[in-house]
Amino acid sequence: MKIHLTSVFVDDQAEALRFYTEILGFVKKYDVPVGEKDRWLTVVSPDEPGGTQLLLEPAGHPAVRPYRDTLAKDGIPLAQFAVDDVHAEYARLRALGVRFTQEPLDMGVVTTAVFDDTCGNLIQIATQPQ
Amino acid sequence: MVAYRVDVAGDLFKALADPTRRTILDELTERSGQTLFEICARLSMKHRLGISRQAVSQHLAVLEAAGLVESRREGRYKFHDLNTAPLRRIAERWLAPDPSGPEESTP
Repeated sequence: MKIHLTSVFVDDQAEALRFYTEILGFVKKYDVPVGEKDRWLTVVSPDEPGGTQLLLEPAGHPAVRPYRDTLAKDGIPLAQFAVDDVHAEYARLRALGVRFTQEPLDMGVVTTAVFDDTCGNLIQIATQPQ
Repeated sequence: MVAYRVDVAGDLFKALADPTRRTILDELTERSGQTLFEICARLSMKHRLGISRQAVSQHLAVLEAAGLVESRREGRYKFHDLNTAPLRRIAERWLAPDPSGPEESTP
C-alpha cells in the first residue's frame, strides 16, 4: 500500500492554488472541473513530480468549518511537509508575508514550525536530522 | 480584601506546586505566546511527558486562575503568554526593602 494522495480543505481553490504554488513552491498536477464550480485540483512537490499528491479540496461541506476552527484555535496543524531547513524556510516564508503561529522550535529529534496557509489551515513544516 | 488576597496567594502557590505546571512556565519563559499545540509538543518532545492535550488544558486553566498565564485570541488562534507579575508580588510580600541599600551588608 502507498500513500498516493492526501488532502486539505481550502476556502477558495483559486487562491489556494496561488498560495501552494507561488508561495510554497509546489507545482500543479491535475486541474479538472467537477460539477458547477469545483475542481479536482492537486499539487505535487517539484522534487517528486510522481510523488504524493496534495488535493486542494473545496471546503463547502458544513462539517468543515467547525472542524477546522476548533483545531485552529488550539494551533493544531492539518498537514506536515518536509523541508531541508525549517529556519531557512521560516525566513523565506516570513519575507513573503506568511503568518506563523509557531516559530521554529528545535526539539532534538525534529525541528518544526507552523504557519497559516491563508485558506483555512495550519501547516507544519519539519526537518528531521539525517 | 484580606480574604481576596489569601485566595489569590492560594491560587498562586497551588499553581506552582505542580512540576508539570512549572515546566509549562519554563517553556513560556523561553518563548511567550504559544498555542496549546506548541505547549503540548514541548512537553511531549522536549520533556518526554506523556500527558494528554486535555490535561495540559487543565494545567493552563490553573495557571490562568493564578494570573501566571494569560491567553489572548488573535483571529482564529489562541496564544498563551507568561505573566510574572504575581511572582513579583509574593516576593515583595516578605522581602522588606533594605533601608541601607542593597550593596551594604550588616556587620
